[in-house]
Amino acid sequence: MPDLHLTRRSAARALLVAGAAAALPAAIPAAVAAAQVAPTRAPTSVLRVATFPDLDRAAIAAAPRWRALHPEVELKLLSMQYADHHLSMTTALATGSGLPDVMAIDLRYIGKFAGSGGFVDLNQAPFNASAHADDYVRYAMAQGVGPNGAQVAIPADIGPGTLIYRKDLLDKAGISEAEITRDWSSYLAAGERIRKTTGAYLMADAADLRDIALRQGLQDGEGLYFDAEGRVLVESARFRHAFELGRAARRAGLDARAIAWTNDWAAGFKQGRIATQMMGAWLVGQLRNWIAPQTAGLWRSAPLPGGVQAAYGGSFYAIPKKAANKTAAWDFIRLMTADAEVQLESLKVLDSFPAMRAVLRDPVMDEPIAFLGGQRARQLWRETAAHIPAIPVNRFDVLATTVIRDEFERVIARGKAITEALADARHLIERRARRR
Amino acid sequence: MTSRRLAPYLFIAPFFALFLVFSLFPLVFSIYLSLQQWNPAEGLHTMHWVGLENYGYALTDPWFWDALYNTAWFALVAGVPQHLVALPLAFFIHRRFKRGRDLVVGAYFVPYITSSVAIALIFTTLYSKDYGLINAALAELTRIPFIGSPLASLTALKDGGGIDWLGDADVTRPAVAFVVFWRYLGWNLVLYLSGLQVIDKDLYEAATLDGATEWQQFWHVTLPLLKPMMFFAVTLTIIGNLQLFEEPFILVDGEKGVSSSVMTTAIFMYRTAFSDGDFGTASAMSWLMFVLIAALTWVNARLFGRDPRSRHGSR
Repeated sequence: MPDLHLTRRSAARALLVAGAAAALPAAIPAAVAAAQVAPTRAPTSVLRVATFPDLDRAAIAAAPRWRALHPEVELKLLSMQYADHHLSMTTALATGSGLPDVMAIDLRYIGKFAGSGGFVDLNQAPFNASAHADDYVRYAMAQGVGPNGAQVAIPADIGPGTLIYRKDLLDKAGISEAEITRDWSSYLAAGERIRKTTGAYLMADAADLRDIALRQGLQDGEGLYFDAEGRVLVESARFRHAFELGRAARRAGLDARAIAWTNDWAAGFKQGRIATQMMGAWLVGQLRNWIAPQTAGLWRSAPLPGGVQAAYGGSFYAIPKKAANKTAAWDFIRLMTADAEVQLESLKVLDSFPAMRAVLRDPVMDEPIAFLGGQRARQLWRETAAHIPAIPVNRFDVLATTVIRDEFERVIARGKAITEALADARHLIERRARRR
Repeated sequence: MTSRRLAPYLFIAPFFALFLVFSLFPLVFSIYLSLQQWNPAEGLHTMHWVGLENYGYALTDPWFWDALYNTAWFALVAGVPQHLVALPLAFFIHRRFKRGRDLVVGAYFVPYITSSVAIALIFTTLYSKDYGLINAALAELTRIPFIGSPLASLTALKDGGGIDWLGDADVTRPAVAFVVFWRYLGWNLVLYLSGLQVIDKDLYEAATLDGATEWQQFWHVTLPLLKPMMFFAVTLTIIGNLQLFEEPFILVDGEKGVSSSVMTTAIFMYRTAFSDGDFGTASAMSWLMFVLIAALTWVNARLFGRDPRSRHGSR
């Protein structure tokens, strides 16, 4: 599932947020836009699924199938904007009221929610998710595991990382795909030639390079920011290297300084000012559907530079412990995540990459993609998905991301020394994480 | 007889019920929460008592002080000019505009009543580095002799393209401050105009007969008599700026590293609560800000010669 642009809450008054949060869950059902799916005959129970755009489209598409399989259970979809959904789910978990039967969770929030203890361990009977573990892409299943080893969420779609690039710009600069994927120095050198020859920037923002480079070399079980004992890893060589690369890109003027999902970012793609973008495979669908449909045929997909295998985004479903209809909730999760037909439909309506392994062997994965000039890119993404390491999530991942982002800005914009920035980052993360 | 006695209480009960649920409870709960450590995603039962530790933690957090600095910066750079411009402007409109005054005042007031989201969307477009109207206008100005060269060197400093108004730490804060200034100028203008309208015209006539210039009338008649309104307007500005949230939050994407340069205490509280999940510390910060606002209001009262302890509001 794409890492959608966050919708801003325009009038939050922070002086009362903490107290007001307690009152929020009661208001949630009235505030959300509810999409009700009427069953063919009178239902005897209701299944409440809290989700967010565009993941809700996959559930709406699967609704007829659910109705056929479970006419006795009315499916009620409660869809809120991305940030509002996760915020309201946080407050619902806090008070234990207003909780849905099934909760959709984006990868960004999975660490925070998985560590909350508010979800059913799906490895336990009657769900026995471990028996179905092989149904799903390995790394994605691992992302749904909480700190105590409980399987709290099941992946619905994944985002194998890829390098999307403008072939026409590379051709104009006389650069081959191999040059931008071989290693980081080759990638940056190619960027300088692209800039000189075409005027286009190599990437949207230097932070993109930092984010992907700090995932380089990770192995199964290794955390991104924290190790298994909760120690902060941001002073490692991995982070130093990532910061150095990001700084080098900025100093060389290779990034357009356009943050993802902003107007400048989208316009950069439309007008051919950005030559490459490292992101999840689902970006192709976003480019085709609304960002830059007029650039169809000009793009190609390649492995990430330097042999990095990384995940960008993904969506999960979980069952809150206080859910009223757990059996139907599990049936719904299985329908959305382990039904080949539904997964293929999601691929069709959302361009979301399936988390279900059997679907990855479907002939649709070998079909050419017109937007990518007929490239059979799904084969590449399938290969990437198979090699992405299973990295455990941590409840402080979001916090660490914020701190790293801030320190990186101090490095590239204010000239702060990388060693000092990373030491400060470690101190700030430890300080916050230690208390809780 | 009993029902007649009860009736008034029943009629007023809805207000008290709403007040208790939506005002008093959150207030008391946030005090309670500020003394607890709690991750909301883990449920209410995970709260545990930490006493004043959250307050100590907030006061020793470098980001809290950064946020406080940003807030003070906005209060000064966006807040003070609001009054320095609104006050003489109100005087000018009051004295010179007879017809069409409401139209002029309305034009200044429109930003205040416009949705902050709409404003943010418009300014995000205006401030766009590559496609914004402001940079386009600056680029045109560089063609004009004399002023063109300094401007060209400025834009050259900013990577040869346009100025990255919402992405460069050096200019982002002033850019956001301008939006805050622009938005609240009209509000202060209306406040000062209403204050001017109650000043006795005879005073101006007497001053004119005495040969006082317009500047002398402004300085010796208008300003002293506007003191109560100035106190009110400045107090509102202090409170508003210390709670500044919407403009920097919407204009500068939180995903940007530069967002820390416009992170006000209100934004930091929001992040601490809803992003970091530390509601206890966020509540403690909100009460620290309450104390700060109260202290600054007291200082403001002293500066304007209004002792809050005085029954008559002036000495």
